[in-house]
Amino acid sequence: MQFQRYGSCVALVALDDLPHEAGKMRELTDFQLVQSEGGSTSTLAFSGPMTVSSLGLADARLRAISDSFSEIDLTGVTRMDTVGAWTVWRLSRDHDARIIGCSDEAQKLVDAISKADSNDHSVRAMRLPLFQRVPEHVGDVMLGLGRGMLQVVGFLGQIILSSASLLRHPSRFRGKALVHQMELVGVNSLAIIGLMSFLVGIVIAQQGAVQLRQFGAEIYTVNLVGRLTLRELGVLMTAIMVAGRSGSAFAAQLGTMKLTEEVDAMRTIGVAPMEALVIPRIAATMIMMPLLGFYSAFLGIIGGAFLSSLTLGIPFFTFLTRIQEVVPLHDVWVGLTKAPVFGLIVALAGCYQGMQVKNNAEEVGARTTAAVVMAIFTVIVLDAFFAVFFTNIGWG
Amino acid sequence: MDQTAAPPEIVPDLPDPFDGKYPIRVRGLRNVFGDHVIHDGLDLDVRRGEILGVVGGSGTGKSVLMRTIIGLQIPEAGEVEVLGDTITDARDDADIDIRSRWGVLFQGGALFSTLTVAENVEVPLREFYPEISDDLRHEIARYKVLLSGLPAEATSKFPSELSGGMKKRAGLARALALDPELLFLDEPTAGLDPIGAAAFDQLILKLQQTLDLTVFLITHDLDTLYEICDRVAVIADKKVIAVGTIPELLALDHPWIQEYFNGPRGRAAQDAQARHDAVRATLSDDGRSSPDPDGA
Repeated sequence: MQFQRYGSCVALVALDDLPHEAGKMRELTDFQLVQSEGGSTSTLAFSGPMTVSSLGLADARLRAISDSFSEIDLTGVTRMDTVGAWTVWRLSRDHDARIIGCSDEAQKLVDAISKADSNDHSVRAMRLPLFQRVPEHVGDVMLGLGRGMLQVVGFLGQIILSSASLLRHPSRFRGKALVHQMELVGVNSLAIIGLMSFLVGIVIAQQGAVQLRQFGAEIYTVNLVGRLTLRELGVLMTAIMVAGRSGSAFAAQLGTMKLTEEVDAMRTIGVAPMEALVIPRIAATMIMMPLLGFYSAFLGIIGGAFLSSLTLGIPFFTFLTRIQEVVPLHDVWVGLTKAPVFGLIVALAGCYQGMQVKNNAEEVGARTTAAVVMAIFTVIVLDAFFAVFFTNIGWG
Repeated sequence: MDQTAAPPEIVPDLPDPFDGKYPIRVRGLRNVFGDHVIHDGLDLDVRRGEILGVVGGSGTGKSVLMRTIIGLQIPEAGEVEVLGDTITDARDDADIDIRSRWGVLFQGGALFSTLTVAENVEVPLREFYPEISDDLRHEIARYKVLLSGLPAEATSKFPSELSGGMKKRAGLARALALDPELLFLDEPTAGLDPIGAAAFDQLILKLQQTLDLTVFLITHDLDTLYEICDRVAVIADKKVIAVGTIPELLALDHPWIQEYFNGPRGRAAQDAQARHDAVRATLSDDGRSSPDPDGA
């Protein structure tokens, strides 16, 4: 009799390097390949338990067996579950071997498993090879961009139509939802926008003063702070903050409602999601944006005046009086004209992305990110156009 | 085979570290939500190798009982012992060994939506037995999916691409991933069409017999009770008021039990079971004569 050992000699192995198992011992599957005297047949003999908890380490060595064997001996097996039965079935299938010494219980399991053999159908979702996947993905993104543009315009069209029908039937307008959203978008963000604007006002005044001091023109710090905050920064920073706070919230709320079929339920009850969900959010953002933008510019100027009185020797109230003299009124109009447009973009991006959610929870996250990115990007691009436009019509 | 007449006292053929006859024992359980008492002094024993059906009106705390047994709900008082371990005073890390020995099928399947069906099945394997190679784990996932009665193509599908019945089967495959001794099923046939529900019942019965499972099954489905349950536990008045085979329960004159089993739906299920038994009797009498589908 010739012995060829593949299995481990000790059936008990310390499992310190496995999680949950530190310090514990676990009985493992053992096996050996036994050659009969004539050398014509050989037997793979298992011993110990053959279960999900004991087979993991033996599996790699079983797969490495290159010698052929014609019998699988299960006489020494103490316990078997479906993982053991699968292993036995796989070996007998691959090596064309007979199973002997099998208890009734084990036989039942092996029979059940043999019917569940599935010819290696993939476990992962369908995936193309890399050289196909990359161009496909690029194509998808490009087409998606084009289609997305069209869909956003379509969504805007729906909003305009719904708004028009609301104008004809004002009783359907949801005042409470509007006020609630105005509170969420506007009132609740006062503190953070105020703090941010105040600090930016300080930074502009401080940095401006350092540069202007070289020409002895520190007094122009007032112009710098006043015109920058009222014309550009107040509204722009507010739009970015609202996109991060409220645009993302819109996308996540609407997306989750889509997933839980609340939006569908609304539709079947006869409530138009456009009127109940989207219009109040868009209207609230468009109303609050000019107010928040002006508030932001105001606090920016306060910040500038505060710093000037501290370090430049320009008294606080003198700073404010100078603002009235050096900032033309049309700067205020420039800021206030842009604000509702930015508000529309931020709310539109949030609501549009939210309503596009389908399938799973991961999509809610992806769409929320997309909403914020889309909103901020579009706001900044549009701001550049506005800057050129207003200069050309003489509001320079 | 008549499941209801003789609840089998299973003698496990294979040696088992826990040799108790009762894998689940609940003693003096009390669950309270706010000032609403759900359970008060609830006792229950589940025998090894049986399918125990748990019934009760809506809101009587069937799901809460299951959540308490599997340690998701901490009771106000009482003791729950599962497979020899006391769940009620086990800490999270201490009862992990038990967690690998039961499988749970939640009502909606509760599949992880960003993973494919097979990857869902692999999650518990990966968690408890990281030494298992990728190849073996994929193979295990595949045959579990097939054992649960799903087609092989379903392995690579996402839960959102599956129908309600397929989701339940996929959930069952995940519950069976670690070859558990105990299987908890929360309304497995709810929301399935009658054909799908009957097939699911048969699947549970077949798996229970093949894998030697003890099954704790919450259901409203009277056909399920008649078809596959060895015993039925009735929850009412904040406790288990009776446990036994359906004939034993029918002998009691508790109003809720009588109304439940002798109401119009109960009668229909009873008649269906009688027809079913008649067909089986005919089949076993005259050998392999083709079955009469109506059982007339």
